[in-house]
Amino acid sequence: MKRIALLGMPNTGKSTFFNRLTGSVARVGNWPGITVDLLAAKVLMGGDMVEVVDLPGLYNLHGYSEDELVVRHFLEKNPVNLLAVVANASQLDRQLALVLQLKELGLPMVLLLNMIDESKRLGIQVEVDKLEEALSIPVVTMSAKHGMGYPRARQVLERNLQDTLATTAAFSAFAADDALEARLEDLVATTVHVPVTLSDNLTSRLDRALLHPLFGLPLFFLAMYLVFEAVYTLGTPLQDGVEWLLGLFKEGIAEPALAQAGPMVQSFLLEGVYNGVGTVLSFLPIIVLFFLFMGVVEDSGYLSRAAFLVDAFMSRLGLDGRAFVMQLMGFGCNVPALMGTRVMRSRGLRLLTMLIIPFSLCSARLQVFVFLTTAVFSPRSAPFVLFSLYCMSFFAAFLTALLYRRRLISDEPLLLELPPYRFPTLKQMVLRGWHEAKGFVRDAGGFILLGVVLVWFLTHYPFSAVPASAETLAGGLAAFMAPVFQPIGIDDLMSIALLFGFVAKEVVVGALAVIYGTSEGALAGIIATQLSWIEAYSFMLFVLIYTPCLSTIAVLRQESRSWWFTLLAVVWPLSLAWLVSFIFYQGATLLFSGG
Amino acid sequence: MTLEQLPPGQRAVICEVTGDEALRARMLALGLRLGREVAVIRRARLGGPLQVRIGTTDLVVRRREARLIKLTTPTA
Ligand SMILES: Nc1nc2c(ncn2[C@@H]2O[C@H](COP(=O)(O)OP(=O)(O)OP(=O)(O)O)[C@@H](O)[C@H]2O)c(=O)[nH]1
Repeated sequence: MKRIALLGMPNTGKSTFFNRLTGSVARVGNWPGITVDLLAAKVLMGGDMVEVVDLPGLYNLHGYSEDELVVRHFLEKNPVNLLAVVANASQLDRQLALVLQLKELGLPMVLLLNMIDESKRLGIQVEVDKLEEALSIPVVTMSAKHGMGYPRARQVLERNLQDTLATTAAFSAFAADDALEARLEDLVATTVHVPVTLSDNLTSRLDRALLHPLFGLPLFFLAMYLVFEAVYTLGTPLQDGVEWLLGLFKEGIAEPALAQAGPMVQSFLLEGVYNGVGTVLSFLPIIVLFFLFMGVVEDSGYLSRAAFLVDAFMSRLGLDGRAFVMQLMGFGCNVPALMGTRVMRSRGLRLLTMLIIPFSLCSARLQVFVFLTTAVFSPRSAPFVLFSLYCMSFFAAFLTALLYRRRLISDEPLLLELPPYRFPTLKQMVLRGWHEAKGFVRDAGGFILLGVVLVWFLTHYPFSAVPASAETLAGGLAAFMAPVFQPIGIDDLMSIALLFGFVAKEVVVGALAVIYGTSEGALAGIIATQLSWIEAYSFMLFVLIYTPCLSTIAVLRQESRSWWFTLLAVVWPLSLAWLVSFIFYQGATLLFSGG
Repeated sequence: MTLEQLPPGQRAVICEVTGDEALRARMLALGLRLGREVAVIRRARLGGPLQVRIGTTDLVVRRREARLIKLTTPTA
């Protein structure tokens, strides 16, 4: 099979082009270095099956970052028929340097000048014919996002694939970089024409407000708050709708169908499997909405601005602006955020960042909090409670950084590109939301189902006992752990839910439903009578801070390649969670219950 | 003069890039090359990074790294 390798500098639109070419949904983000894994897909081109590989962005073929090594390794080990180099047409003055370096490899190559829509708007002219001649490779202009020039780009790829032999690259024979630099000057001078003064474009004007020395940060936090507010207000009615549908299904189909089954089977299917998964499914609207909005924020380029705004603060914590951005990404899901730290080269910086990301209040934990705050707090105070948990999430992260910055030291420079502001197309947004929803349901189907069924078993075995009572396995476990959880106001039943939150936070609410042996709707009522607000908040603090989930732990281990670090990343949050809950619970009980 | 000292809104030409090999390579790739004109667009407060414009690329550069880039103001 023939193979095309897509490569280019970060944030040039490789993934966007890859998606268009292969019809897949690679994660696209307006953030250099999003593509941290190798993505490959097969497409039919000119009668042949062709494998297209999307390589991580790289600045320099001779560089030392992990991404750059990945690319070099790939090209040395894997024969390719054609290199498709993607470059941003508005930044050829520097991006052609990489093209010249790649040419030295002697592999067949095509240059795709992307983002032609943006470069036209800036008034930049590229003399494609001259460029083709000077580089002696085919050059095509296109817009991977909007589709202009795409058919031709595809044709050119097809044509240049014919009669090629797959070869690996040999990296020994580098021409001196100085010589390349001289060529670059020449090449740019003759083929790229940039207007003397760039027009005062939208990006500059927006930056003036959004990067304002005084208002920049407040605006950023306002924007973030609005995103969460929007998810919350739009999501709740949708959530009710899903619950209503699930209820119809249970009463109309599931219960009649199981009428003949034995009581244990009924209990297993309706209280274990159905209640658990049903609860999880009802959170689907929130997940989709979250990623729709987060997708816009990510794609807009605003996150890089956030890095600029907070770097002064983050550098005092031994981190940098990028760590903050990854932390924010973690509010969607910790797992991709942890993988995103691969752009950092200093190991200390990377580990410190990975240590703080799990404190980000991810969407799975958000479910637990949305549920409990709605159940226990008034509609008026619920958003504030939620907001305070977000603040707590930052506090735990920053405290951790402060405590560990001397052990995980970074001396890495911060050099970051600020891309122009962009807005995703409707298609990009919808695909992203759908993609995330699919991933979530896949998890709900396997991982979470398993967790919930396990909870059902622990709370129902031995079957002669009253479910979730002291005689069951779970009751025994809870009694064993009681000395630890009583001082923080978490009773036996709730501590069982915590145990299973260790598997995945998605399980917690489902587990509560199973433990109390009710459906979602009734659960809220029961919880409201069982828990005081102090106990509920203490429980939420613990859920916020302690070990995120099994997947996060797996990724922490995979990325750090150290069991010691992984152990630290589990034990430290657990201790901190207990301490914070303890201080809160004891303090609040003293203050509010005494008088 | 270094890039760190360049007042926002003014332009100057890069005449020397110091620092270790890896850092220089990264700076080169981002367009911080000898003979190119740079401008500082704004500085973040409290000793935060600079927003630097070079050609059509905007960069965030910390002050410590900005100090590694020596500039000459174009004479007339
Ligand atoms: N205006 C415009 N924007 C584009 C075009 N192609 C991609 N983009 C945007 O550029 C940004 C980066 O696109 P990606 O596809 O993530 O870039 P990448 O090269 O894969 O980035 P890394 O994974 O970081 O290496 C996204 O915001 C895209 O929507 C284009 O042709 N025109």
